[in-house]
Amino acid sequence: MTARPRRLANPTERLWRRQVIRLIVLAALGTVITLLIRALEHSLADQGIHFSFDYLFEVAGIPISEGRTLGIAHGWPVLQEYLPTDMNSQALLTGLFNTVSVSLMAIVAATVLGVAAGLGRFSSNWLLRNMCFAFTEAFRNTPLLVQLMFWYFGVLLQLPPITAVAHLLGAVTVSVHGISAPRIDSLLPAGVGLLLCLLAMLMWISTTALRQVNRRARMIVIWLIAALVVLALAPAIPLNVDYPISGRFQEFGGVNISPELAALVLAISVNSAAYIAEIVRGAVDSLPIGQWEAAASLGLTRSDLLRQVILPQAVKIALPSLGNQYISLTKNTSLGIAVGFPELFNVTGTIANQTGRSLEGFLILMVTYLLLGTAISFAVNYANSNALRVG
Amino acid sequence: MRIGLPLLFAAFFLMVTGSQGATLDLVVRRGLLNCGTDNTNPGFGYLNTRTGQMEGLDVDFCRAAAAAVLGDSQKVNFIVVTDKSRFTALQTHQVDVVFAHTTIEPERESAVGVDFLPINFYDGTGIMVKVSSKVTKFDELEGATFCTTQGSGIEATLASAISRMGWRKSTVLTYENLERLFIAFNAGRCDAMSTDRSALVSWKANSARPADFKILGETLDKSPFAGFVNQGDPRWRNILRWIVFGLFQAEESGVTSVNIVERLKTADPFVQRVLGVTGSVGRDFGIANDFVAKMVAQVGNYGEIYDRNLGEKTSYFLERKGTPNAQWKDGGLIYSPDWK
Repeated sequence: MTARPRRLANPTERLWRRQVIRLIVLAALGTVITLLIRALEHSLADQGIHFSFDYLFEVAGIPISEGRTLGIAHGWPVLQEYLPTDMNSQALLTGLFNTVSVSLMAIVAATVLGVAAGLGRFSSNWLLRNMCFAFTEAFRNTPLLVQLMFWYFGVLLQLPPITAVAHLLGAVTVSVHGISAPRIDSLLPAGVGLLLCLLAMLMWISTTALRQVNRRARMIVIWLIAALVVLALAPAIPLNVDYPISGRFQEFGGVNISPELAALVLAISVNSAAYIAEIVRGAVDSLPIGQWEAAASLGLTRSDLLRQVILPQAVKIALPSLGNQYISLTKNTSLGIAVGFPELFNVTGTIANQTGRSLEGFLILMVTYLLLGTAISFAVNYANSNALRVG
Repeated sequence: MRIGLPLLFAAFFLMVTGSQGATLDLVVRRGLLNCGTDNTNPGFGYLNTRTGQMEGLDVDFCRAAAAAVLGDSQKVNFIVVTDKSRFTALQTHQVDVVFAHTTIEPERESAVGVDFLPINFYDGTGIMVKVSSKVTKFDELEGATFCTTQGSGIEATLASAISRMGWRKSTVLTYENLERLFIAFNAGRCDAMSTDRSALVSWKANSARPADFKILGETLDKSPFAGFVNQGDPRWRNILRWIVFGLFQAEESGVTSVNIVERLKTADPFVQRVLGVTGSVGRDFGIANDFVAKMVAQVGNYGEIYDRNLGEKTSYFLERKGTPNAQWKDGGLIYSPDWK
């Protein structure tokens, strides 16, 4: 018996069939989700829990050791110091502020350190090459939590107490209470300074576009930026310097970096740097050996070879993986709770404990981390498409 | 739900055992007092592994009750209860009374169905500092870094204490657990460690150098400990209430285990009544008329019990002077009604 040839549906019929299948799948998915939500609502109602975000506008009543929050002053939103009398939402914003600032600091530090360690693997110096190898392997192959504990309890908390500490450069102190340094205050209103900075940044971005067009136009813009920076700083001369003052227990005034913040930034950036070093090494390794040979035969020095030929090509390969690394770095800040750093996860937990609203808290937490991750991936994608275009 | 099950048990056993005044007869017939205590909390109820003996403030209250009811402080059977099992152990008549550092809470009398005895220890959030910081009072901690654990509710207690003092520069760090908190405190990151006073005592005692630490006298919030008995036997409850009061009153009247023999010959009519030389308080309760004298002779008065378990010479020293745990005449809250 011969096999019956399969009847081929005509295109319209195929289209219809596909639409119907899509509808069925969509309906099934919708039903499942609705059922799940219903079940959740029921079980919550059984326990007398009512889902509500009203608690966000109640007084938090909890202390947070550092960080700033959003407040309203003269009808404008401003960054201000968090107080226990603020609302729960403001406490959460303080946690978000801390998470974002740790992430930003760690991204910068990890990138610099990681690129250096990654390129170090190609050094002609045996010691440097192997030190970079040892660094990468040591920090890539131990748990991040253990490293965090090491930095905090093993290093930073072993520093001398405030009463026995040396004053470096007259005013900088490094003690078990953290690092204190004088702060230079601009007398300009914060908003104006911010505006000038934004303007300078916009102009800097425009120089990238101008690079192709006109060298002279680019120089003019750079001079304009310099003028803006001087303008922003000018009212601060004579500079108002806020020196830290030794209190009975700690230093007041100036800038203070707490050991918790320092430990978290250190641990996360060093750990991420190890991964970034591998990404960079992999990207450089993936370039054909001919690129090295060709550049060398042109008589380029080793550093010119790296900067002009190898790195520009390697960056394009490394960028997507770097984006992944930045996202996982940001999520890793939630380990801050282990050393008492009040990042978003820590603050959310404390508030959930005080208010009993843990489900709502976790929802906020998930959405916030999702947004942070998405923002980073957008930024990296933008940089990536830019690099591909320019390249 | 948490209190529903014990409630059910309570209702069931009330139906079965219904009769009043049964507990005293039961204990006397058994010749042994079943007393529920903890065995893991140094200073309150704990098994000393070196001597093999139960020790602690709660343990001594059990012994005193045995001395009062049965005439011998040794006639007590310690039954170990946990924070969870202490109510069910009572409701299932496994124990006659519980002394297990239990905080008085309204739900425990309204829904769980136990009757609390007079408060025998005032616990609450305490502050521990390093001796080297030379801090002696909470007031001196302006600008200090306080450390506590997450989710204990102490964060809020500290926040309100700090804002009440009007301190702008004090910070509070919260750690995941007491272990990490203590390492940070020991390293000097925190100027003050804050948690329940009874927990502070054990951390201090179990540290490498207990003498380096000092627990301040102040208590930031209220957590009163008391023993408790089943509801439904008022006579048994009243006997135990006056056992506790008797220990308080003996201290106030200056009757100790050392001078009890000569104080029994006192001419003071008030002390005569307390010790059961005159009057008929004990007899009317159905126990020995000199039950207070028996307790003091065998276990000691409240002050002696406190000193033995939490006093200066112990490793679990908790300052008594200037705290609610002092006698009312010294400004504390340890107070017995008059024995006139």
